[in-house]
Order: sequence, then structure tokens, then C-alpha cells
Amino acid sequence: MSNKIVVGYDGSDSSKATLDFAVELAKSQGAAIVVAHVLEWSPYSFLTPNELEERHKRRGEELERAETAVLAPVIKGLANSGVEVSTALKYGGIADTLCDIVKAEGATQVIVGRTGNSGLSSRIFGSVAGTLAQISPVPVTIVP
Amino acid sequence: MNNNFKAAAWAAPAMLAATAPAMAQSMDQKINDMFASSTGWFVNFIFSPFPGTSFPWIVAWLVIAATIFTIYFGLIQFRAFPHSISLVKGDYSDPNDAGEVSHFQALATALSGTVGLGNIAGVAVAVGIGGPGATFWMILAGLMGMASKFTECTLGVKYRNEYEDGTVSGGPMYYMTKGFTERGLPAGKFMAILFSVFCILGSLGGGNMFQANQAHAQIANVVGDFPGWITGIVFAAIVFAVIIGGLKSIASVTEKVVPFMGVLYVLTALIILLMNANMIGWAFGQIFAGAFTGLGVAGGMVGALIQGFKRAAFSNEAGVGSAAIAHSAVRTKEPITEGFVSLLEPFIDTVVICTMTALVIIITGQLVSDPATGMYLLDEGGATIQTIDGNKGVALTSAAFSSAFGWFQYVLAIAVILFAFSTMISWSYYGLKAWTFLFGEGHTKEIVFKVIFCIFVVIGASANLGPVIDFSDAAIFAMAVVNIVALYCLMPIVKTELNSYLSRLKSGEIHKFH
Repeated sequence: MSNKIVVGYDGSDSSKATLDFAVELAKSQGAAIVVAHVLEWSPYSFLTPNELEERHKRRGEELERAETAVLAPVIKGLANSGVEVSTALKYGGIADTLCDIVKAEGATQVIVGRTGNSGLSSRIFGSVAGTLAQISPVPVTIVP
Repeated sequence: MNNNFKAAAWAAPAMLAATAPAMAQSMDQKINDMFASSTGWFVNFIFSPFPGTSFPWIVAWLVIAATIFTIYFGLIQFRAFPHSISLVKGDYSDPNDAGEVSHFQALATALSGTVGLGNIAGVAVAVGIGGPGATFWMILAGLMGMASKFTECTLGVKYRNEYEDGTVSGGPMYYMTKGFTERGLPAGKFMAILFSVFCILGSLGGGNMFQANQAHAQIANVVGDFPGWITGIVFAAIVFAVIIGGLKSIASVTEKVVPFMGVLYVLTALIILLMNANMIGWAFGQIFAGAFTGLGVAGGMVGALIQGFKRAAFSNEAGVGSAAIAHSAVRTKEPITEGFVSLLEPFIDTVVICTMTALVIIITGQLVSDPATGMYLLDEGGATIQTIDGNKGVALTSAAFSSAFGWFQYVLAIAVILFAFSTMISWSYYGLKAWTFLFGEGHTKEIVFKVIFCIFVVIGASANLGPVIDFSDAAIFAMAVVNIVALYCLMPIVKTELNSYLSRLKSGEIHKFH
């Protein structure tokens, strides 16, 4: 039976440490890893007419940047680790979206860090860890 | 640093005003005279009454259109209301489309372009001239206007241009060209050009000068009188920084504060109404009685009706075509969904917010009536109702709100400035879309328009309310003349979309995701 671990990852040093922890855990349990990167997004935010016009274009650019700058290096870095690695890239509220990814992947646990960098699209930690602990359908590990 | 800047901005006009009042006032006068004489013919044409009556044909034009759309789509504004709310909440949005423009965002942006001075100053003008009865006609126009908005926004999304880089451009000029070709109708291109010309004028008028004018009136009301061109130059500089300098921070701050201000405004109005809860019944009595008798208002019932319809149309822009530009960026496979969402706009703008303003003005007793007859007293000119302190426009609303809460005039001053500013940003975008439709896209061409836009900020702040409001109305209604003809020609397309969507909604093919 497949054993999957979802790891919240935003490219920050703290999230790198979290990923290292998850890789060790996956090795010991023979589990696969899903590196999840969530671009913070609320459908209820306010934009100017110009931002609306360019939103679709910007979204494409943001996804591409996340793919090449955040996720691709991880895949490359873990190529020889012996752990099976896949990625998930989504927009949304971070804790909610991580839960969605857990459900979609059928994962058995989720691991996040506690503090991250404060980049707008990658504010994956902070109170996110707390919220996630409250709403996650699977056990949550929070890496300090 | 921020505070220093603000202090300087407030102090500078005050000092200038003190040193050179005579020269400055005459400069305002010159700008005003020049402006009034060069736009008079256009205003006269748009507002010319039916022969032998005092009823302007343009008001009939808007009302008839809204009525036709309401009937043609079978009271869509009431039938689809709950579904519209679901759409805005995101119940029908595919989670995989997260990160794209949501229905809520398209609505919020369109609203921040329409909610503004029309709701604060425009309503005061309507009630000040047409009496409380104008409110009834305003609400009715708001409800009917929902059907016009539904029609134009559906078409706006359906016929928008999507470019290879992922950006979109939409609006009446696109459904006039593409939609007319599709239906084999002539003159689509001609109408699109005509619409674009009027849209540019509208963006300079109601979307710019009226805003600058009333923002200045509000500032002068709080800090004391000073020449309008000073406010104009300060405003123009900020608008310049945003639309030409690309200073996104100002725009994004505004976008975040404006909804907050809107909510604060409605809440304050509600509190004032609750404090005077025993008078609400009386106020509605005044509104209904005034709607059909005029209660001594100049022009009687027709005067109330004209003012109500005019100010409603000016406030919610239903049938004008501007919303079709604003709503067209939404990400949806079904153009009709944006039509549903957009019909909430006149409801929020006119039926809720405008009505609040009117009720507060009426309940706080700003309008002077004869205690013996209950009829309203007119001022010397005989055109407007006497108010307690002789206030009109935004000053009347300000007086009404501050009679309950003295501090509210400062909040209102900030709200007015922010609303004016966000409306200007929105309309600079609408105007620019029309401009690029006419002259093509290109950096220099866009800069030319933006500079013209900034110049008009100064003119608007300097001129008197009368000529500015006349020109603003005329330009915006001229857009409606062209746009509504196009809507008549294209409404069968909307009907096909509507029927197809409703049947798929019923069959479950279109379903909720949440």
C-alpha cells in the first residue's frame, strides 16, 4: 500500500530544513514525497481594472516561475536520494489548499515548517501550521 | 514622512488661498466660463425635452430600455438574484481555476468604479432638486437597470478580445463590431467608433471632472474655501503618478480602502437610521407622497421622476456600457454568469447605498418645508429646495451625516476623496480602452490620453458644479444612446445564452463545486 507524505515547501531555508526532515522520514518508512507549493491567493481580494486585465497572463508567469525556481531545483536535488518525489502546485489559502492536496494525493501525513520567509506568494508558515493542525484530515508534523 | 506629506498638502492650498484669493478666484471663473460656453450645445442636445413638455428624451430612452430588457428576460433581476449570489460566493467556480479573476473580483472592481460620488453627491443633487420623491424613482430605476446591466455585461464577456499573451480587452466597442458582424447587421464599426468617442468624453466628464469638482467641494467644506485649481493640480499629480508613473502602491491602497469606506458609509447611515427609527415610516411616506405629487418641488412629480432617473443612471451606469468594459476580464466559460453577477451592481449601488443617503438626508431634516402645508420651500432661483444651511451636492450629504455625528464630516471627506480617486482610476481605464480602440495601442498614444485626462482633473476642480454636472451627465448619457441601440440588436444572443445556461443548470451539467 502506498504511503505518501505531503511536504509544504516554499523555497525558504526553513522549508528546506523541513524537506530534509521529511526525506529522512520517508526513507525510514519507505514512503513517497509530494512537494507542495501553494501560491497564496484569495478570490475575494481587490484588484484594479489593469490588474484584472493582466491577471491571466500574470498567473501563467507565476506558475512558470514557481515551477522553475522553486520546484525544479527540489526534484533535481532529490533525484539521487532514493525517495520517490512528485510535486503539487496550487493557488489558494495555504492551509486549506494543503488539505486539498493531501486528500487528492491520498497522503497519510503532512509536514510543514513553522516559520518561513515573508514573500507574498510563499507565506506558507506562521499561523498556517496552527490552522493546518486544526483542519488536517491526516496527522500533521510541524518542524521548528 | 507620510504624515508630513499630508500636512504639506493641506497647508499649501490654505497658504496660497490666503495670499492671492482674488487672482485665483478669477482664474476659476475664467475656466468655468470657457468650459460652460464650449460644452453648452452638447448638453442642450442630450437633455432636450420632448416638444411641448419638460421631459428630456434621454431619460425616457433609459427607462424604456430598462423596461424592455426586464420584460424580454422575464424579470431576470429577480429570478436570477439568488443564483447571482452563489456565483459571487464562488460556489460554481472550478478550484483548478484558482488564481484567475473571480466573479467577486470583477464585481468588486466594477463597483469601485461606480460606487462613489454618485451615491453621495448625486443623490443629494437628486433629493435637493426633486425632493424625497426622487428617491422612489431612483430605486425603481435601480431595479430596472439591473436588467440593462445583465445584458451589456454578458455581451461584454462574450465578445471580448483575448490576446495571445493572455490579456483581455472587452466592452461595447467589441460587441458592436464582432456581434454585429455575427448577426449580419450593418454599421457595427460606425457605432463602435461613436461609442468610443462618447466614452472618452464620459471618462473626462463624469469619470473625472465631476469627481474632481466634488472632491474639491468636500475639502473646501472642511478646511475653508480656497481656489479649485489648487486641489485640481494636487489631484492631477497623484493621478498622473498612478496612471503614467505606474505607481501601483497608491492604486492598490485605494482598492483596499475603498470597500472599507463603502461599508463604513453604509453602517453609519444604518446607525443614523436606527437612531431615528421612529421616523423611517415618515421618511418612506415622504418618498411615496413625493414620488406622485412632488410635494411642491419644481416640476412636480415629473421633476422628481426626472431627477430620480437621471441620478440613478449616473450612479449605477446601467445601460451606459462602462460596466461591460470592467466586467470583461473575468475568467469564465459562460459569459452569462458575468451577466448574472453584474446585475447585483445596480442593486448594491442604487437600491442599497443611494437609498441610504437619501433616507439620511430626509430623516435629518435637511430640506426645509412649510410646516403649514407640508410642501417644500424653494430657494430664490426656484429650481432647488431650500436646505437648512443652503447646502447642495456633497455638502448637503455631509451636513446630514454630521448632524448626527459631528466627526463624520471628516470621514466623509476622506471617503469622498478616495471614492473620487478610485472612480477616476477606473474611468481612466475605460477611457483608455476607447482611446486605444480608436487610435490603436501604443505607448505614445496611451500617454497622450493619460495627459489629457490629468488636465481635465484641473478643469473639473476649478469649474462650478452646474456646468460640470451637466457635461458629465450629457457625455455619459450619450454613451447610453449608442450602447442601448447595440443592446437591442444583440439581445437575442443573450437570450440564447440564457436559455442554454438555465437548461444546463437544471439538468445538472453546470453544478456547484463546493
